Amino acid sequence: MAAPPRPESLALLDRLMAALEAKGVVTEAEIAERQANTDKASPETGARMVARAWTDPAYRALLLSDGKAAAEQMGVSMAGAPPLGVLENTPARHHLVVCTLCSCYPRAVLGYPPGWYKSFAYRSRAVREPRVVLAEWGLNLPDSVEVRVVDSTADYRWMVLPMRPAGTEGWDEARLASIITRDALVGVAVPKVAGPRPAA
Amino acid sequence: MPDETPIPAIHDIGGLARFHCTPVEHDEAPPDAFGKKVDALRQVLAQKSLMTVDELRRGIESIPEGDYFALGYYERWLRSIAGLMVEKGIVGKDVLG
Repeated sequence: MAAPPRPESLALLDRLMAALEAKGVVTEAEIAERQANTDKASPETGARMVARAWTDPAYRALLLSDGKAAAEQMGVSMAGAPPLGVLENTPARHHLVVCTLCSCYPRAVLGYPPGWYKSFAYRSRAVREPRVVLAEWGLNLPDSVEVRVVDSTADYRWMVLPMRPAGTEGWDEARLASIITRDALVGVAVPKVAGPRPAA
Repeated sequence: MPDETPIPAIHDIGGLARFHCTPVEHDEAPPDAFGKKVDALRQVLAQKSLMTVDELRRGIESIPEGDYFALGYYERWLRSIAGLMVEKGIVGKDVLG
């Protein structure tokens, strides 16, 4: 787990904030407001986008051709954000997203990147041995499924459009969204229907 | 297992052999208060056109290897941001301590 910041880093932040405030560059209130806005972003947005794509072919086409426009249709402001590419999983191809250089992530639709996404182990291994990483996390893909790893960058962000699982026929968007996890939107998991399947 | 060729820069760790036996921990914790504040500060400074993402990256990617791996994620960000603000003359050098 991430270690807490060291005292010298806390002191550096205090000195920097004090100097910026003294120069009239920023205020503590501005920072707090920005943080509150950032805290509001969550993977629920990405989940809603996928749920709609599963039920609305026109939205699916938009999502795959212009992720930013699809996010904006959900009421998310994407102003100033880099393009959002959406990767369609199929029975023959699974996508996994990583940012090898740091932590680039579609934050407007997924929130803060989790700690593991920023970890040195994930960044280095996801591109070298993706199947091993996925298997360690409980996702065993058959050899017949191609694994395509996509590197998110400062200039282009990626999200996965997972496959709709069997057993969700007739579900509405909200119920579908409830099984679409952040991990599935990054590609380290696939959506699952919880509990025993009803007898046929 | 040693890497066969020198890595181009320390941040460019995709495929790096030294992490091959390191499990990816399920670290789900959101950023702590320090991290969230650094994150918000970067956004506000960017909104005010005082720094860009590319400048942030340059600052992070020029951190010496030992510090790069020892510092926490938002500690690397803060070091970059503070360095940029000093470099641009927005705050004095004394901020760096």
